[in-house]
Amino acid sequence: MHELSIAMSIVEMAQEEAECRSVQVDAVYLDLGMLSGVVKEALLFSYEVACCGTLLQGSRLMVNEIPIETFCPACNAAKRLPSINWFCCPDCGTPTPEVIHGKELMITALELKQ
Amino acid sequence: MNAEPRLLEVRKNVLKQNDVTARALRDRFRAQGTFVVSLVSSPGAGKTAFLEKTLALFQRDYRVAALVGDLATENDALRLARSGAPVKQITTGTICHLDATMVERTLDGWHTGQLDLLFIENVGNLVCPASYDLGENLRLVLLSVTEGEDKPLKYPTIFNSADAAVITKIDLAAAVEFDERAAHANIQAVRPGMHVFKVSAKTNEGLEGYLQWIAEMSSDLLGKRDTVDANIQGCI
Repeated sequence: MHELSIAMSIVEMAQEEAECRSVQVDAVYLDLGMLSGVVKEALLFSYEVACCGTLLQGSRLMVNEIPIETFCPACNAAKRLPSINWFCCPDCGTPTPEVIHGKELMITALELKQ
Repeated sequence: MNAEPRLLEVRKNVLKQNDVTARALRDRFRAQGTFVVSLVSSPGAGKTAFLEKTLALFQRDYRVAALVGDLATENDALRLARSGAPVKQITTGTICHLDATMVERTLDGWHTGQLDLLFIENVGNLVCPASYDLGENLRLVLLSVTEGEDKPLKYPTIFNSADAAVITKIDLAAAVEFDERAAHANIQAVRPGMHVFKVSAKTNEGLEGYLQWIAEMSSDLLGKRDTVDANIQGCI
């Protein structure tokens, strides 16, 4: 369960950004790839704990799950994989080891207090 | 009336600090001429026995050392130290994985002299270590025959993050009716094209191919060592 340390990093980074820009944060938006090794539910739970006693207390974590996209050399195109444990082109069946998307763990935006 | 939320765009990689440290480690290893291999697996897959053999066999031609992560004990480091190679334990307490800062901190207080090969044994865990770059050149994921053939399908993220898979305890394969073909297919399903080695640290089966592969992968940095084959054969 490394989600708590990930959540603490998210809170720390968002807090730094908020302080630096003198804004108050209502929500943190996060891109979370299916191959990032981080479990959404565990992260949401940990986020609440990590926010306690910080400027972000009471804020929400908005998780945007990013599906796995690999490059199919036969189709010469990016393909979205329907499953995390089958790295083959869903159209032609060619093995697709090259991952384009799905490893993201990135804060993309802060929602500011109105 | 609901106003549109006011969004402030930022793009911040959450693991940036780890990635920056890992990159600095990788640069430092390259400058020092040290090739780094990390090992991940579930607890009990045989990382330490495998590493014990690796250190003993490579020691004939390379200056080798190992860093070994464990939650609470120093047992693994004591076992590995029997090989005669420098070994250091990272006791993580309750933390379920190694990160680049732990590796950096441990290396800083450790005077091993010039090293050719450094092996890093991660904490036994097939989930959390996937997210953390340690500055290694190669990541090996180990899977023992007693764990079942479908481990790669259950833990696709860590298998996908590795450069090679090592099936361990192959001497027990028949006893547990291990389906080698299914294991191979499952590994290829989550990481097409991945190298797979089948080894036994007990009987030495399959170690030669693995050692030669490491020697080959590290040859850009360490140069080709012609003696490695003969010595490995002599030992096995």
